Amino acid sequence: MDIWDEIHECMPREELEQLQLERLQATLNRVYKNVTCYRKRFKELEIDPEDLQSLTDLTKLPFTTKEDLRENYPYGMFAVPLREVVRIHSSSGTTGKPTVVGYTRNDLKTWSNLVARFMTAVGVTHDDVVQIAFGYGMFTGAFGLHYGAETIGASVIPMGAGNTEKQIMIMQDYKTTVLVGTPSYAITIADKMEKMGVDPKTLSLKVGLFGGEPWSEAMRREIESRLFISATDNYGLSEIIGPGVAGECMHKDGMHIFEDMFLPEIIDPDSGSVLPPGSIGELVLTTLNKEALPMIRYRTRDITSLDYSPCPCGRTMVRMQKTMGRSDDMLIIRGINVFPSQIEEVLMSIENCEPHYQLVVSREGSMDILEICIEVTENIFFDEMKRQRAFLEKVEKRIESTLGVGVTVKLVEPNSIPRNEGKAARVIDKRQF
Amino acid sequence: MMLRVKNLESGYDNIKVIRKASIHVSPGEIVTIIGANGAGKSTLLKTITGLIRPRDGDIHFDGRETTLLSTEKIAFLGCSLVPEGRQVFAPMTVKENLLIGGYLRHKRREGRGEGDLDRIYGLFPRLKERENQFAGTLSGGEQQMLAIGRALMGGPKLIMMDEPSMGLAPLIVKDIFSIIRRLRDEGNTVLLVEQNARAALGIADRGYVLETGKVILEESAAELLKNKEVQRAYLGKEKKEIWER
Repeated sequence: MDIWDEIHECMPREELEQLQLERLQATLNRVYKNVTCYRKRFKELEIDPEDLQSLTDLTKLPFTTKEDLRENYPYGMFAVPLREVVRIHSSSGTTGKPTVVGYTRNDLKTWSNLVARFMTAVGVTHDDVVQIAFGYGMFTGAFGLHYGAETIGASVIPMGAGNTEKQIMIMQDYKTTVLVGTPSYAITIADKMEKMGVDPKTLSLKVGLFGGEPWSEAMRREIESRLFISATDNYGLSEIIGPGVAGECMHKDGMHIFEDMFLPEIIDPDSGSVLPPGSIGELVLTTLNKEALPMIRYRTRDITSLDYSPCPCGRTMVRMQKTMGRSDDMLIIRGINVFPSQIEEVLMSIENCEPHYQLVVSREGSMDILEICIEVTENIFFDEMKRQRAFLEKVEKRIESTLGVGVTVKLVEPNSIPRNEGKAARVIDKRQF
Repeated sequence: MMLRVKNLESGYDNIKVIRKASIHVSPGEIVTIIGANGAGKSTLLKTITGLIRPRDGDIHFDGRETTLLSTEKIAFLGCSLVPEGRQVFAPMTVKENLLIGGYLRHKRREGRGEGDLDRIYGLFPRLKERENQFAGTLSGGEQQMLAIGRALMGGPKLIMMDEPSMGLAPLIVKDIFSIIRRLRDEGNTVLLVEQNARAALGIADRGYVLETGKVILEESAAELLKNKEVQRAYLGKEKKEIWER
């Protein structure tokens, strides 16, 4: 398999660390000079950019959070004057103000090349026809993959999200070979194909690049077996650059973080202290080469772990595991940390279970109750109450043994859980704190 | 890595000129350091060659630490400097100047470098024509060619050049820079310090922007050329645009 940027992706670790240090020092000098909010904070903490003399000195610096972006809404964190910004994106502001991110012309080029790296890593070439089923607009996903595919020289179909029937028609007629979208939308497409009587084997699809939301290995297996494609994961967030922070190679054993551009750390989400390599914790990223919006120790809220062991693909860049959920998504049920993705993994491993589910957390007295609503499908709709109860018990037991916490499983009517063509909202927390 | 500089701090007397600068040069690339007058570009080169002792940080050349080595030892290891203002030996002939450069080879017991003369003359036919002329009678551009030729005679692994375009006519600058490019294409490694940012970025692979002794940007030369901050401060581009409007 080809490597898009072999010089950087396969750089010996020692050289990589030197490059990271150089870029980190340059980034700090730049934000100190150009971004008021960083300068103020560094001064308050009596930190001089010159104090940073090794990569481990990074821990001396304060974190940046989404709240910082909101406080400096809209352009306060930009390190260049607005006239040098050629693109503005923003994240959906479900709570409060949205966060605004900007790109210079060089940033857009960097972004395109980063996406080209992970697309190339899973086998996309200039011969491919890439159908983008992400929503365009303020969301970075569609544009990132669009640029990456164009940079490689593939043919891009900027389809956008939704209109599943048309998506399938285009897939058939335009001979789409690469599908880009959220993993849950891939399942929606598979459902629709079933309903329409389209045999996925008659399509030209070979690779899917899915992202935008956490998804499990079980979900990967389902997509792969239902659409007859290789389903791959990639990672990114708009505050950092959008997609292009990390992506899987053909070995599908973790996503290579492009460390020449982003410096990763894993921290304990509660104490903020850096955890040793291999630990599970919150991913923190520092940009090393961004012009418009450099980020120092940005808390992604995504839970993962880093694997520094060499990958057979030849890339020297560290691999992050699939995100296991978000530190702010993490549910604490009777003192135990529960990630929705763990439940999803169990549900998918039980035959006859569709991944459409919802978690409802409530409190009776001082007791947390976790209820899992699963949509009934033809396969698990049993006339016999006895069989149904046995099924529910089996699911409850499996989840309990995985999470270490008791749950109630409930069957609900088909299509009663709201479908989401973008990101899935699977958790309802009714507890009053 | 041919050259690795980490957290370098250096200067003169009480003045700190270089503030925790980290740079590197990989084999076979042209790296340029651009910056305004007084940013510390020359000080950085002088510290790497051991002419100034660093106060902090470390320097590795070709896999070995050279932080506190003497200039002659660093030159012996294969790190050559083409100094600012050429510094050719004016009362000696062109050929003598070149042969002095070959002294390093002799010291390394690699012969006296006579074979190299032909290579240098091939690169700079003008020097061949003026072989027996005193170096002091050469034009500025010819002296620059001689200074580069002299450095090459030592068979360096890294050639560092301090402002090779200084005081030269634009046409000559173009000549000199195409020769630097050619040197790289033949496998040489070059660290180029320049105030003429446009010319330097035009031939370099990567670049660093130095500002008051600090590195504020590290990018490919192509990206630096497109960086608005670089355009404004070092390429004089914005001014032109305003004027054109």
